[in-house]
Amino acid sequence: MAIRDETRMLLETMGRLFEDKSTKKAVDAAETGVFAADLWQAVAETGVPLAALPESAGGADAEWEDLYYVLRVAGRFSAPIPLAETMLAGWVAASAGLDTVDGPMTVGPVRASDVLTVERDGNGWRLNGTASRLPYATNAQRIILIADGPDSEMAVALDGTGGAEVSPGKNIANEARDTLTFNNMRLEADNVRPLGDGVSRAGLYLRGALARAAMMSGAIENTLDLACTYAQQRVQFNRPISKFQAVQQNLAVLATQTAAAVAAANMGIMSLSKDLERQEFLIAMAKTRVGEAATLACEIGHQVHGAIGFTKEYALQLSTRRLWSWREEFGADPEWAAKVGSYFCGIGADELWPTLTAA
Amino acid sequence: MATPMFRFDPVELPPEAQTLRMEVREFIKEHEHLMGFSKGEFNRDFSRAMGKKGWIGMTWPKQYGGHERSAFERYVIIEEMLVAGAPLSAHYTGDRQSGPSILRYGTEEQKQTFVPKLAAGELTFCIGMSEPNSGSDLAGTRTRAVKVDGGYKINGSKLWTSGAHRADYAIMFCKMAQEGQQDVDRHAGGTQFLLDLKAPGIDIRPVINLLGEHHFNEIFLTDVFVPDNRLLGKEGNGWNQVTGELAFERSAPDRFLVLFQMLREMIRMAGPNPDKATAAALGKLISQLGTLRNMSVSIAGMLQEGENPNNEAAVVKDLGTRYEQDIPVVARQLFQTEPELEAADLYASMIARSTMNAPRFSIQGGTREILRGIIARGLGLR
Repeated sequence: MAIRDETRMLLETMGRLFEDKSTKKAVDAAETGVFAADLWQAVAETGVPLAALPESAGGADAEWEDLYYVLRVAGRFSAPIPLAETMLAGWVAASAGLDTVDGPMTVGPVRASDVLTVERDGNGWRLNGTASRLPYATNAQRIILIADGPDSEMAVALDGTGGAEVSPGKNIANEARDTLTFNNMRLEADNVRPLGDGVSRAGLYLRGALARAAMMSGAIENTLDLACTYAQQRVQFNRPISKFQAVQQNLAVLATQTAAAVAAANMGIMSLSKDLERQEFLIAMAKTRVGEAATLACEIGHQVHGAIGFTKEYALQLSTRRLWSWREEFGADPEWAAKVGSYFCGIGADELWPTLTAA
Repeated sequence: MATPMFRFDPVELPPEAQTLRMEVREFIKEHEHLMGFSKGEFNRDFSRAMGKKGWIGMTWPKQYGGHERSAFERYVIIEEMLVAGAPLSAHYTGDRQSGPSILRYGTEEQKQTFVPKLAAGELTFCIGMSEPNSGSDLAGTRTRAVKVDGGYKINGSKLWTSGAHRADYAIMFCKMAQEGQQDVDRHAGGTQFLLDLKAPGIDIRPVINLLGEHHFNEIFLTDVFVPDNRLLGKEGNGWNQVTGELAFERSAPDRFLVLFQMLREMIRMAGPNPDKATAAALGKLISQLGTLRNMSVSIAGMLQEGENPNNEAAVVKDLGTRYEQDIPVVARQLFQTEPELEAADLYASMIARSTMNAPRFSIQGGTREILRGIIARGLGLR
């Protein structure tokens, strides 16, 4: 029901770690293109990135719910590492019996429109197609992709970018978003396996959207925290600007949007214990609502800060540039909103309330 | 983080609450002819029937006619009733705030006299707070009580008193004064009374709202005598008592479920295969609704643990009223029609009612500006 004590302890531990290691200096350095290896190492040592895997696959059988709450904390500190991507790469790889590594991994495709196929070639395989804007692909030791096989979706493991044509890119938070193109790339039989039960490309997209929703809820919390702190320090007209009602009203709206973002992400996270159909619409609702909150939070966060918030030196932009990036990734909120609307129109108006309130 | 964050823990409704939900739906089906859209109908028979079911005063002690059930079960009753458009007005104020106030501040005799009848759905309360010169600013209250032999004498007037014309009692907020004193000190403590609305000296007059309907009233009080045993709580402690009462008022899901039937109608009109823009507009509203429910269940969890969700309730009310005010705005963008209150066309009447009712959502129970002030205080800004 409510957050368990052990979850709370995990979140406190991870909060301290990120506060210590994911500093503005560390994030600034990562944004210049140097991977945050120290931060990654510290996070990897906690075992969190692969914790959800079964013990047999090197994990700890941890609850996925808990790991998404960790992603909120990572988002609060703008952690410039592929934590969500590694978790999800592990999820896909383990289901297919592919090996994972302790280093950073990534997973894809992350875009619904990408086409990736594998076909038989003797005892091996050939990979064709594009994985667009793959998070941290150039930083990943291993990349796990889902491709259409002859009969079903297949998991594919690459070491590094493993022979792909790489077109480096980045989001506006300077996180690597690299496009990988595969032209008949040869793969050994061991590196291509059928997906396990419950894992699919659509499921990956859904969980990726939930990961971004969780991270965004953390970045929004940080935006509120910075804005409230700044408003109480900044003096104009002989008063801290937090004493002006116009500013207070803005910050109150930001607080309501923060609360909604946290609750919406929770709604998505809690759906993981429910059937797939409920997961689909609840996570779609979560990404929709968190995306809406992100837009408003960035607007108010900057308005309260004035010019200083618009500088590179001040930390607000670490969160707002991530929010502007993440809200578009794994499906933007208007896209998910349309899915929510289509789903409920499809099942019919009279099913809306029974469906929303079912256990 | 330096800033206090409001608490919205992930909370699931327990299985017994879901079992109860099915029972409530059966009950609603049996009373289908009494259900409506956003009218706040008053029906004492329906309230008595709910009382018989044990669905009023659900969390109150059995000793006073309550049922000692969980805040989650109470939440489920209320949300199902609101979605159905059930006529709750005869008992809603009592269930939500008057009963809890009496249980918290009342004497043993008051608890025994009022609470079991409230739980049975036999007693209707209203709230005597607002006045002509005291809306959001309760310190401006001018209605005054003078101590007299065996009780108090009240003079003054109240305004915007919803349901007073049909209520049995009001919890009346007054200032203590001396005989003959006209102006009371802004800073003087408030005092609450349980006022029998049939008492001599009370004149209740309708104030017709812009829909042409009679919900709120003006109450004139001229030398109204209230016996000592109808003082609620302590003289001068009314401020604290009222603050608690307003928190009850704000923590209920009625701040975002009043227009549910209209959202459902919009989905019906969109049909099974809407275009993407229509689907997205509806999906955004549904996502807001789902989030508000999640927040409200979380608040029920805090109530269940005996915590005070004052700030969280203000957050949900502010978001909830915004959402409900957006419903008619989105509706007229998706489906144009000319609004008509008593139209044969369901949608035309819904858009009429919701458009005209929308302004009150962010005024009643604390204006949007007051709520945001409460939230700002919760953030440590004032």
